[in-house]
Formats: sequence, C-alpha cells, structure tokens
Amino acid sequence: MSKKRVAIVGTGQTHHKSHRPDVNGQELINEAVQRGLEDADLTIDDIDAVVIGNMDHFEGINYTDCWSVDGSGAFMKPIMKLTTGGTTGSTLGIGGYHMVASGLFEKVLVIGWEKNSESDTTGAITTAFDAVWDRLVFAGAISGLAVEAQAYMAKYGATDRDGARVSVRDRKHACNNPYTQLRKEVTLDEVLASPMLADPIHLLDVCPRTDGACAVIMANEDVAEKICSNPDWILATANRHTYTYLGDVNWGELDSMAGAAKDLFNKAGIKEPRNEIDVIELYQPYSFAGIIWIEDLGIVGRGKGAEYIWSGATDMGGELPINPSGGVIACNPIGATGLIRCAEAALQVMGKAEQRQVPDVNIALSSGFGGCMWTDLILHGKKKPDF
Amino acid sequence: MENIAIIGIGMTAIEADKKGDTFADMAWEAVNKALDDAGMTIDDLDNVVTTSNDFWDGRTISCMAVSDAGGASNKNVSCVEGDGAFGAFYGMTRILSGSYGTTLVIAHSKGSESVSSLITNAAFDPIYDRALGMDMITASAMQANAYMHGTGATPEHLAMVSVKNHGNARLNPLAQLPMDITVDDVLNSEMIADPLHKLDCSPVSDGCCAVIIANESKAEKYRGKPVWVKGAAFCSDAYFLGDRDLSYARSLEAAAKKAYSMAGIIDPKKDIDVAELYDAFTYQEMMWAEALGLCQDTGAGAMLEKGLFDIKGEMPVNPSGGLLSGHPVIAAGLIRIAEAVNQLRNDAGSYQVEGAEKAIAHGVNGLCGQSHCVWILSREK
Amino acid sequence: MKEDFAGVEPAIYKSGISVPYHWWAGETASRFFTAIRDEQKFVGVKCLKCGKVYLPPRKTCPTCFRENEEWVELSTEGEVVSFTVARRQFAAMPKKAPVIYGLIKLGGADTAMLHMLGEVEPSSVRIGMRVCAKFSENRSGSIMDIEYFKPV
Repeated sequence: MSKKRVAIVGTGQTHHKSHRPDVNGQELINEAVQRGLEDADLTIDDIDAVVIGNMDHFEGINYTDCWSVDGSGAFMKPIMKLTTGGTTGSTLGIGGYHMVASGLFEKVLVIGWEKNSESDTTGAITTAFDAVWDRLVFAGAISGLAVEAQAYMAKYGATDRDGARVSVRDRKHACNNPYTQLRKEVTLDEVLASPMLADPIHLLDVCPRTDGACAVIMANEDVAEKICSNPDWILATANRHTYTYLGDVNWGELDSMAGAAKDLFNKAGIKEPRNEIDVIELYQPYSFAGIIWIEDLGIVGRGKGAEYIWSGATDMGGELPINPSGGVIACNPIGATGLIRCAEAALQVMGKAEQRQVPDVNIALSSGFGGCMWTDLILHGKKKPDF
Repeated sequence: MENIAIIGIGMTAIEADKKGDTFADMAWEAVNKALDDAGMTIDDLDNVVTTSNDFWDGRTISCMAVSDAGGASNKNVSCVEGDGAFGAFYGMTRILSGSYGTTLVIAHSKGSESVSSLITNAAFDPIYDRALGMDMITASAMQANAYMHGTGATPEHLAMVSVKNHGNARLNPLAQLPMDITVDDVLNSEMIADPLHKLDCSPVSDGCCAVIIANESKAEKYRGKPVWVKGAAFCSDAYFLGDRDLSYARSLEAAAKKAYSMAGIIDPKKDIDVAELYDAFTYQEMMWAEALGLCQDTGAGAMLEKGLFDIKGEMPVNPSGGLLSGHPVIAAGLIRIAEAVNQLRNDAGSYQVEGAEKAIAHGVNGLCGQSHCVWILSREK
Repeated sequence: MKEDFAGVEPAIYKSGISVPYHWWAGETASRFFTAIRDEQKFVGVKCLKCGKVYLPPRKTCPTCFRENEEWVELSTEGEVVSFTVARRQFAAMPKKAPVIYGLIKLGGADTAMLHMLGEVEPSSVRIGMRVCAKFSENRSGSIMDIEYFKPV
C-alpha cells in the first residue's frame, strides 16, 4: 500500500428540485448513488469506503453518516462524514481524493446531499457565526455577500448591471443541463427589475434553495482505466478557510481564493491559468462573485473582471467558459453543491457533458465556497499526472 | 502501509464545565501542548484536520470556531464530523496521499453548553423514531440489556468496570472523576434507565485534544518521541437499532480484523499490551473488548472478575480511567489515541502499564456503537 | 496575561437555535403511516433478492442495495427483542418517567421496530415477551398513532 494517483470514474446526480416530497433524505442519497454506480458500471460491493456530508442544521439530523447507511450503501463498510458548511461538497471531493491516494482504499464513493426544503435556510446558516460577536447582527448568507459586492464596486466602479450579466450567462447555460433546478433564461432587465434583497443583490442574482444529491466515484490508478476508458484525473487540491470573524474579512477581494489558487497552481505546475485551464465550474452563490473571484484566481487583473465577463469570454463558445452547468445560481443543494461542481468538471474532462460540453477540455477547475468567505479548489485533467 | 507516526499530543483537563474557556481557548491549549510535546512550531504543521459536531456546538460549520486556534488560516484544512479517532484517520490519509508531511488533528466539545438528551435524540430518524424521545442513554441501556441477556454478563460485572476505571482515574491528573468506589456503590447509585445505574454511565464533559501525525522523514526530525501506526480501520453497522443484533458488535469485529491484518497481529491477547477503549457506558467496555478479541473464551465478565483488565493485569483496559471518568464527546476517541501514545512512550506516570509495546486505541460514532474506528499503535517502527 | 482576568467573571450567554423542521417522509414511509392511520395495520417491504422483510419499511434493501418491491402485511403482534425503563426524566422524553422503551419484532418481519411498552409493570418486562399494538384513538399518520405495545 503506497500513494496512488486518483481519477473520477463515475458520477451521478439527482434531478435537483426545490422540493422532493416523494423521498426522504436517505432515499434522495440513494438515487444519486445508484446513478453514480451505473455511470461507472460498478455495484455497491465494489466500493471500499464512503465519504459523505451535508450541513446538519438544514435537516436537523445528528450523525448523518451513521443515519445514511441504508441509502448510501455503507452497510458493513467504512463511512466517514466531512462537513465544512458551504464548502462541504468540495471538501468531500478533496476527502475522497486523499482516501484513495493514501493507497488504503481502491474505490471510494463520495456523496454530497441536502434537503434544503426541510428547514429555514437562513435560520440554519445564522448559527454558523460566532454566538457572541457576529451572530446577532449577521442576517444569513446574503448580507455578507452584499458587503463584498459593495466593497468591490466602491473600488472599481462596477455596478449591479455587471453582476446581472453574470446571472444572464449562468441562467442561459443552465438550459443545457437536465439535472439543474432553474432552466429558464433571464434577461438583464429582468435581473435588475427583480426585488432587491440586499443592495446590490437582486433576487435573480442569487442561488435558489434546493433538494438534491450528488455521488462521485473515485478510483486509484491500478483500476481507474479498467473501469472507465476516459477517467478524470485529480491533478491537485488546495483550500483556504482563511477567516473566522466577519470583521476580519478583506472585503472586495477573496483572499481565500487567491491563497488556495496560488497553492493549487504551484502543486500542479500551472503558470498561466487563463491559457492553461479550459473550463471552470465555479461555486458562485451570487452573480457578482463571478466578476470578483476570477481576479483572485489570476484569470484577469484586479478591476478587470467585469470587462472580461462582458467580452463573452466566459460564455459557451468563449475562450474560458465558466459554469457550463449553469452553476449555483441555477441550483444549490448546499451540501451537494461543491461536489456537483467537481462532478460537472469531471464530466467536462471525460467528454460526457452532453449538451453542456465544452470542446477539447484538457484541464478543468472546480471550486467550493462557504463559511466565512472560504474557498476549496480541485484541478482536474485528462492526462494522468506525473507524481 | 508506509511508516506513519504520532509525534505530538496535547490534552486539556477533562472537566464538567470549563466556564472560562471557549472552544477556541480549549483548542489553543491543546494545540500548544502538542506543539511543545513535539518540539515543533505552528509553521511546521503542513495541514490541519479539525473534528467537531454541529449539534454539540450549537453551531453549523462548527469547524469555524477552532480554525484559528489550529493555525489553519493560511493552510489546507478540513473537518471530520464524528469522533476524533475518525478525524485522525482522515488526517493520516492526507499524509499517506503524499500531499502533506505533517497533519495537526484537533477534536473538541463542550457538553456543558447544551442539553445532551436533545442532542443525542437528534440522532434518531425523524420519520420513524425521533418522536419516541429516546436518546443515547436509553438506547445504550437497551443495548446493555440485550448484551447481558445474550452473554450472561451481570450487573456486578458492569459495576466492576466502573470501579476499575474511576479508580484508575485517581492516577490521571487530567481525569474529571477520580473515585474510590465499590461494586455496591455502583449498584446502589440511581437507576437511570434499566439496567444502567448512574455510575454505569459516563458524565457529559468539556475537553479538547490535539495530535500531530507525521510521515517517517518528518517523524525523525522533531523532538517528540514517535509512536508508530501499524494499523487503522473503521466500519459501520446498520443504522436502525432493530436491524442489528445489539448484543454483538459486528462492525467492530470487522474493523478490528482489518486493523490487525494491517499490523500483522494474529493473536491480540498475546500481542496487545494495553487498550484504550470507548467506554461511554460500563457494558460497552466489555462488549468492545470481546469484539476486539482481547478476552478469553469465557468473556469479559470473567476477565474482570480475575482483575485481568487492571493496570497490573494481563490485559490492561483504560488505565487512564476511560470515558467513564470524563467524556467530552468527539474528543473522546482522539484522547484514547493520545493516552495510548502516553503508554507506549512510557509517559503515563502513575497509570503506566509496564513494558507496553503495542496498544489499541478506539473510537465510536453513532448510537449503540454503530461505527467503530480501531488504531493499532506500536513503540517500534 | 492571566492577571488581566483576575476579577473578571466568565460571562454566559443563553440562546436557543430556532430552526423549525418539516421532514418529507417519502412515499415508502407515507404508505406505512397511512396503513396505520386508516386501517390500524402494519405493512413492511420485502426484498425479492434476499427475502428479508423490513419494518420500518424502506425503499431499498441495505444489503442487496436494490429497491424493495413487495409490500407485506405483518401481524400487530410480536416479541420484545430488548427494552429499557427510562427512570430519569430525560429532556427528549414526551411522556413522564418511568417510560418503557422496547425493540419489538412483529410477526412476519425480519427487523424490529422501536416503540414504547404500556399496561405492564417495568419489573415484569422480559426479553422474549409477546406483545401487541394498542393504537391511539386519534391517529394522524405518525409513529405516535401507536400508543404503545402491551402484553398479549
């Protein structure tokens, strides 16, 4: 047993919806798992370990890894739960990677899921923040994001119109994705006319609430190519959960993204992300992030984000398509979302993305976002990496 | 498996109510102790895995509370939600994967800050079971009954575990409940849920533990004496209590088999010198010891009667006093690992098991020991 | 630094998390509860591969990992697999202590279900005892539609 290279050999997702009254959480998980196994042409007996996660307070169930066993297929197998808030899905992808790369497990099933319809989302999110300092004044996820957008706008003169252009892009891309929740285009005017939630964020600038699950099967190099002729190799992973208190955050720049990207590109030997990366599945919970965070990734320079978006470079057919799946604005089952980004990036590399396929993908990037402005990154590639 | 070692450990005292400490304060204390122990600085740690539980902390994204105290703000970091032994396992895979040379693992909880019955009741399925109002104690009591019915273990046997562990705790300066008690004291203590008396149950505590894991080359670089990981495995049984045979810890048996195989252990009774097991309740120490193959065929009861689980016995179990003497959930399994390290380094002071060379450390997730994580540690590489 | 804290009483803030939940039971559980509510009957599901009958019912068989296809009517009578008597008033308990909790395996099922026992002295409960369900007068489609199981 020694360290191994790791590839994604199968993915599965539910058709994500605002409510899934026909299934309970275990059954929702099972749907995604069965689809993942089918995609990889494996049975549950082939799986050596399970890694699963969600955000507890959304379903009000404690020890969900133990509870999930009927649905996740973990009966008499090793199962472990990872959870880090919004970044849970990507944290799970990274977790599955290490479990396989360690050489201890040949094939690992990674599951992210959430039934947001079962609770008061904002009420649950508010408990993330420090009870003494931040919780009483912090009103859920949106206010922090609005603060970020305002800080950026003040520095670079961007407006909510620039944010809206990102919404238009992602909602258009979503129409190609049969799994995503919102599959109707929106226009710039519609976005700007939609109710203002927290200046400058309009209703159509943010993600919906979703019930959904995603399963990703990872395998080591000894078996990956036997299972799948075109696996998606994990080239590198990196993350930064930089801040704990909202008052410490450097608003207007996503420090965690910049830090994680530097680490990731260093590990993978990426020198010019804009040229070397072919597609990005960005965990972008609201439109403005699509302008700011590509600067933190080093795709474009500071203050140049809006210009890049308006040029069409990140649309399908552009130089660097972002969110061909429609991204988070079209669908957000929180515990699954980061893993869906990972699965969608894998589909791009494997050439299985159907209507939303970007041509000639060699390298893809998927990200996770959550917590106190945290970032997780995974780099995917067609070519097996050198060690 | 490549050579992996634990090179630093740090624990806070286990107390009923750490009024002056936040989660971050506890983590700060444990992490600094671990760094001192290993002779490292925070910069020597390549990545961090925290372990916590959103329900116990009353905080979604509970990992956020201890991130800074773990020095994680500019590092790769992750969080396992479950017992610390599982957190350490994940922390180990992040080294075996070749990504990092050292991992800091932290596990904490403050039971004093919440109502434990409601928190463990939340582990019950909301559709079929939760409304009944059971919790970890009533569920465990049900298992205790099944175990006693299935094996003939008696209330006196259970009481012996309590006497031993509370007695051992008198030798452990970090333990919450050192006590000099008798079997009768246990049997006369309040009946909480048949057959568990108050002294059959662990308390709900506050505490934090930090452990530093390293690959071979890093292990030899620092001052902390390395203790080597020879095997580690985990496994989960079915979820619904009615799907399981509660008297038999089949998932622990499976995890133990795998861990022993990795460690090349054929007869644990001969090869294991000391075991730190997850004794949330007295009967559990017995059940787990049996499933781990540490007992003669006559079972744990007979071992207890003969004093074989005592510190000076043939198979010392929980010389630290175990969870019965102090139970900060989540940290619990990581503390078992840290105590096993103490034993193998000959650092356990008055509760040292003579000549300990190989140890078991064990952690549990879920109701009635649904999921177990077993570690085999060794003084020699 | 410790001297800075001399004379400072650690502050304690009280709060509760207020997150209301409503859980989707799913079609499988809904059918189970409907049968109890409307017909005072227990229905389980059978896996056609391993033949195991599950109560409470679930959509997939945990060992064979395939959908459970057949519904089976079960007896309202069964055997106590294990039990406990909760003597202390734990916060989660809806009823006043002592409460007898039991795992009951109904006739026809391969798994046991959790519930309470009633009309019996705690000291008289035995593993292996035969019990039958007493349904509540007012039933709404939840596990509390069964009031308790009582000795046969």
